[in-house]
Parts: sequence; C-alpha cells; structure tokens
Amino acid sequence: MKVRFRRLSLFQFRNHAEADLELGPEINCFTGPNGTGKTNLLDAVHYLSLCKSYFDATDQHAVRHGEEQFLLKGELEEPDGPVELACSVRKEHRKVFQRDRKEYERLSDHIGRWPAVMITPYDGQLILEGSEVRRRFVDGLIAQFDRGYLDALMRYNRALKHRNVLLKRFAEQGGGSLEALEPWDEQLAAHAATVHRGRRAFLAELTPLVLEHYQGISSGPESVGLEYRSALDQEPMDSLLRRLWDRDRSAQYTTEGVHRDDLHFLLDGLPLKRFGSQGQQKTFLIALKLAQFDLTAARTGRKPVLMLDDIFDKIDPLRMRHLLRLLGGGRFGQVLITDTDAGRLHQALDGLPHDVRFFHLDHAQTIRMEAVERAEAL
Amino acid sequence: MSTSSALLENAVEQLATLPGIGRRTAMRMALDLLRRDLASVQRFSESVRRLREEVRYCGECCNISDQDLCGICASPARDHGLVCVVEDVRDVVAIENTHQYKGLYHVLGGVISPMDGVGPEDLRIARLLERVGSGMVREVVLALGATLEGDTTCFYLHRRLREHGVAVSQIARGISIGGDLEHVDELTLGRSIADRKPYEQSVKR
Ligand SMILES: [Zn+2]
Repeated sequence: MKVRFRRLSLFQFRNHAEADLELGPEINCFTGPNGTGKTNLLDAVHYLSLCKSYFDATDQHAVRHGEEQFLLKGELEEPDGPVELACSVRKEHRKVFQRDRKEYERLSDHIGRWPAVMITPYDGQLILEGSEVRRRFVDGLIAQFDRGYLDALMRYNRALKHRNVLLKRFAEQGGGSLEALEPWDEQLAAHAATVHRGRRAFLAELTPLVLEHYQGISSGPESVGLEYRSALDQEPMDSLLRRLWDRDRSAQYTTEGVHRDDLHFLLDGLPLKRFGSQGQQKTFLIALKLAQFDLTAARTGRKPVLMLDDIFDKIDPLRMRHLLRLLGGGRFGQVLITDTDAGRLHQALDGLPHDVRFFHLDHAQTIRMEAVERAEAL
Repeated sequence: MSTSSALLENAVEQLATLPGIGRRTAMRMALDLLRRDLASVQRFSESVRRLREEVRYCGECCNISDQDLCGICASPARDHGLVCVVEDVRDVVAIENTHQYKGLYHVLGGVISPMDGVGPEDLRIARLLERVGSGMVREVVLALGATLEGDTTCFYLHRRLREHGVAVSQIARGISIGGDLEHVDELTLGRSIADRKPYEQSVKR
C-alpha cells in the first residue's frame, strides 16, 4: 500500500499565502523560477508526514512573514475512505496536529504512519562533510524503528560525556585511575555493543539496495561501495578502553569507540568524495535515499511519498531518464519533484507510461496545473 | 513588576525563589497571605523557620529526622537486616506509601554524575559501607532511578558492597498494575519480558 496525498492545502506557510493543490497518484512536478516556493510545497508534505520541517527545526520560522500562524492540510486516500491531516502553528503556542479533526495525544503516534522520504541538494553534506553527519543519518534511520537502539545510543553518548569530564578532571587535578572510570566503562561497553550490532545489521540490509539503485540509474561501468568501519570490528569496547587508557588520559577524552565510527562511500574502491564526479556523487545520494525508501516501506508496510527537490542539475539526461523511468515503475508510490527547468523535466518524462501532473509556479503566487496525457504503455 | 509596596515586592521576590514558582504565581501567593489573619501567617512562617533550623539528618540512614535517629531506624518493628538505598527523601515517602516495605532505608543524597560535578565522595556512601560493615545488614536493595546515572551508581555500589559479602538486589522494573500491555512503552515491556519470573512467585503475593 502506498501513501497517497490526494489534496494539499497551505495557509500562510513560508512564502505561500494560500495554495490548494489536487495531486496526482504518481508523478507530480512543480516547476518555476527560484524563489516561487516549490520546495515549500514539499516541506508542507514533510510536515504532514513527520510533524516537522526537513530544513528548519523551529516551527515558528515556517509562519509566513508578517503573519501569526500557518495551517497545513492534507487529504490522504485510504482504503476505508479519505483521512484528513492538519498541522497548525501559531506564534507563542504549541504545534497542533490533528487527524480527522482529532488532536493527537503524542506526535509519535503519527510519525511513521504515513512516511515520506526527501532528497535535496543539502544531502550532499553526507558525502562532503565529516563522519558525524553520516552517523546521524544512519542513527536516525535505525532509531525510527528501534526504541532500544535509540535508548542505547543516548545512554552511550551520555556516559561518554561523563567519562570525558572525568578524564579532564584527572588531568587538571592529577590522579585518576582506570578503576575510577569502571562504572562508566561498564555502561559504555554494554551500549557500544548494542549500537555496533544495530549499525552493522542495518548496513547489511541497506548496502545491497544502494548498489542496486546505483546500477539502475547510472549507465556507466563504475561500481560503488559502502563500508561501515568501527574500532569494534576488531576489539570489544571494554578491551579498547583498557588498552587505550594512557592515550585517553593524555588526550583528556575517549579516543575510540562507536562515536568514531564512519561510513565510507566508494567509487571503484576509491573515496567517492575525492574521485567521484558531481554527477556520480549525486547519483550515489539518490541511490542511498532510494534504499532508505525501500527499508522504510518494508518496516512500515507503506510506500512513502518520495520527494526529489531540485536534484537534476549536474545529472546527465540519460541518468535522469533512467531515474524517472524507475520512479513510475510500481516499486515506488507517489512522487513529488521540483525543478526550475520545466522543459528538461517534460523531455525526460516524454513517452514514459506514467501518470504525470505539472504544477507551474510563478512570482505572482499562482499555481497552474497541467495534466499530461499518459503515454501508451509500451 | 512594580507595586505600591516594597514589602509586597520583597515577599514576591522570596516566594519566586521556590522551584516551579514564577513571579505571577508568587504574587498570587503573597496576596493570599495578606488576606489571612495574622495568627495563620505566623504559624506558616514559623513552620518554615523551624523546618530549616531544627530538622536534622538521621545518624543511621541520613533521612530527614527530628531526632538523631529517625522514626524508621528507631522502630523495633522494622527489619534491621534489610536496607533500601534511595536517591532522596521523596523516594522514602513513595516507598513508605506502598506499605509493602518493612526494612530500613539509606538516603544517598543524589546519584553519581560527573557532568554535574557529583562524584561518589559527594554521596553518603561511606556511611552506607559503615552500616553494612557493622554486620547487622543481611541484604541491600538498590532502588535508584532507571537513568544512566542511576544505573552507574548501582554498579558502583554493587562493586563496593561486594567486598562486604552482603546480598545485593535491585528493584524490578516493569509494567504498571492495571495497565494494558499495548500502552506500555517498548523498552519497559522488553525489560519486563527479559526479567520475567516463575508464575508461582507472582501468585504468592
Ligand atoms: Zn534513619
């Protein structure tokens, strides 16, 4: 079963004073110049799905400039009839989230029921930036479906902070022994094992999906790889902590553990960050997010809404064509795409047997809908 | 807040130093005190003054007490071989309200938390070890919160108590009575299943 928004309405949300859209069941394209609010339409769907913005953690920032509140509504098509979701934020008030006009007691009751997956140019940081960004990505995906993992991770991070405070104090005040750290090391060892096991199991599932999607989009001969590396691959945490005691003491922090794990993205065995072209990097990110889509679908029993925000720059037309063919093929559900170049998108979709709708946005805040004649199935 | 009386403002300021009390609530409290008769307010302030001046800590269990030995430690009806370790006085009140526990207590005064500058030496651990060392204690029950710091403190205490050959147990963690399983959070439910016990033990109670 797929998540299918039939209707989307925005009131005073970011740059939109008012907007009301009837979305198609498959491919929906939002085109227009920069600054007309295409991305904001996707973010509205992200809000309705996950109760928060993809881009900005502060709800108040999404209220249109000069206004007091925003309201988002989405009508979902469900087997037992339509479901209406509403999310409103008023300045100085808490966020209100309703399903069929009844407010949720806990937002966690909603999150995950109608999942969404977003791909944006910001995701480039997964390749370009430090390991923390990649750990956060992986941890977020695992924790969404595994409370035990989340608890272990939070306890690990907290125990680590306590331990580092102690190491610093040993350095400042002298003294200190491995024995004094033992109560924390005990906790770290137990939680590190849970985190390491969780990440390894998750990546064993994710990796083949990424490789498969990369091959599906790319037309080149190159092969990609995904490697999870952790100091715990070789040695359990308690023995690491004991072995590195002198090093930790002089560094005044804990130098090894799952907080230093990294995920390596490879192109023909070499770092993608240095050796991949922009197109290859982008294709890799898309493949990574499509794998996220597959896992979310498997865990929730629902095909998430897939949103591609402005990702076609630097992607050659052939890869773009492959991707779009893939997206309408039944493996995915409802897809929302933004692009400044309507012509490029039209061309890439031309002749594909998908249901396609175009929404053209302009600076006067009008949204013009254009249904595209479905091509005959080949 | 600007009022016609410096005395009122002063009282509001003092009341607002209490935890959870904002200036608005403090103002309501102050006005309420003003409306009462003088004797009632004298009783009120006297009780606060005496609380701070006269309260002592029990020499055995470190609980708040009016004498050198608290009512619980002084009672011959309690099991003096059983000591329940808790974080603070509120936990004693909570456990006493269950009417299920007949042993003594030991109030630690916190849990180990380096980030907050609390180490084992800041807690009343030495006194606990003394009590256990006297040989009177048969079993120590650890009843600290299920936080990381609580768990770490339990681990630390267990290590220190082990040397004394005393039995150490920990309170069970699990599902609240009268609750539906589906409303229990996954972690608690998972823990309850892992820590299950023979049925005969649960019907005995
Ligand atoms: Zn006492």
